[in-house]
Amino acid sequence: MLYLLAFLVVVMLIAGIAVILVKDILSAVILTTVISLVVSIIFLFIASPDVAITEAAIGAALTTVVFVIAIKRTRSKETTDKE
Amino acid sequence: MRKVISFLLLAGFVFYFATLTGGLIIPDSSADRNSVGLDILSRSAGETGSANAVTSVVVLYRGFDTLGEVTVLFLAALGVSVFMKSTGEKRKKVLDQSFILKTGSRLLFPLMFLFGMYIIAHGHLSPGGGFPGGVIIATGFFVILLTSESVNFNKTLMSVLEGLAGLSFIGLGVVGLLGPGNSFLQNFLPLGEFNTVFSAGIIPLIYAVVGIKVGAELSSVVYAMKESK
Amino acid sequence: MNGVLSISTVLNFGSAGLIVLGLYIVFTQKNLIKMVIGIDLAETGVNVLLVSTGYIKGNTAPIFSKTGLQVSSMVDPVPQALVLTSIVIGFGVSALALAMIIKLYEKTGTLDTSKIRGLKW
Repeated sequence: MLYLLAFLVVVMLIAGIAVILVKDILSAVILTTVISLVVSIIFLFIASPDVAITEAAIGAALTTVVFVIAIKRTRSKETTDKE
Repeated sequence: MRKVISFLLLAGFVFYFATLTGGLIIPDSSADRNSVGLDILSRSAGETGSANAVTSVVVLYRGFDTLGEVTVLFLAALGVSVFMKSTGEKRKKVLDQSFILKTGSRLLFPLMFLFGMYIIAHGHLSPGGGFPGGVIIATGFFVILLTSESVNFNKTLMSVLEGLAGLSFIGLGVVGLLGPGNSFLQNFLPLGEFNTVFSAGIIPLIYAVVGIKVGAELSSVVYAMKESK
Repeated sequence: MNGVLSISTVLNFGSAGLIVLGLYIVFTQKNLIKMVIGIDLAETGVNVLLVSTGYIKGNTAPIFSKTGLQVSSMVDPVPQALVLTSIVIGFGVSALALAMIIKLYEKTGTLDTSKIRGLKW
């Protein structure tokens, strides 16, 4: 239980660092989805299934959808962001 | 500039973490826990008839807070609609989706709708309730919206549903104000048998209303962001 | 082992890390959509922190799904109820910010904050 939670937290933080490092915004959005799913599993393990189901529905589904729509609508001219 | 930023970040982090380890240690025994939570836990089953204590906090003990939260969501949806004002003309569809995708999404939509309804209706018995159920229904709408070329999305119907749901929330609260308890969002219906679907007084009604409102709002938000020009 | 690494410590480290990562993204990145992602991450970290304050080791979820469950062996329901609404509000805020960003892109043609005159700092 403790080591499982520690593993999930490490996965979450690695995905968070990868959000900073990746150049492509779409990859960053997918990594955010990964973080949301991992956080949802963490919520399930700390005895809060209500929050877990909400986080899985919103963080992993709807937020990704809205971000992808925004990326698609702002990407007609520049395909990737240059630093 | 960069130095100032990193100094601010570092200082903020140190302050935050010091506060965290100093005051917010999670108790190992329930003896030293916050008494509000313990009080609500011991009273919620008898007072509200809801098996899920989180639901009774969201709908009744902090129902006013939930009303404000629904208002904030309404304002956000209103802002998105104002920014993404549709000019009427349809954006041309570039992508031609495959037959399997279209048929599969049409097959999936009733199942997702049913699942969202289930989540809403059992909010006082099991994890779930109006917020996640409404979001699941909105996701089902969005699956259809993404895959089919012409969608009959009735914006007027969505606005009417949303407004009616908000009004019924306030109406249910005001009926409680007129009753014997004399307080807003008073549970005026009989509690019924504990741990069955038709129990807990007005909690399932309010969660159904919240589910309709959240589902209609979020699907119109996504529709406005996708379809407007 | 238990003295050094407990569940609370792990969760505190995780939420602190997420909040700091989110703030770092907001402060240093130049792409507007990435800044909204940073706000999202910081908010997720705050949610984890709030829920973890109500957690008690070994206790069950606050749902009376069967008889015989003791009140004293349940976790605190109040932070969970607050976080439940906070997640939905967070989505609304993100959607509003993204709608503004789409409009800004249509006006200026770029998402880079250093190229938009009103946003340079």
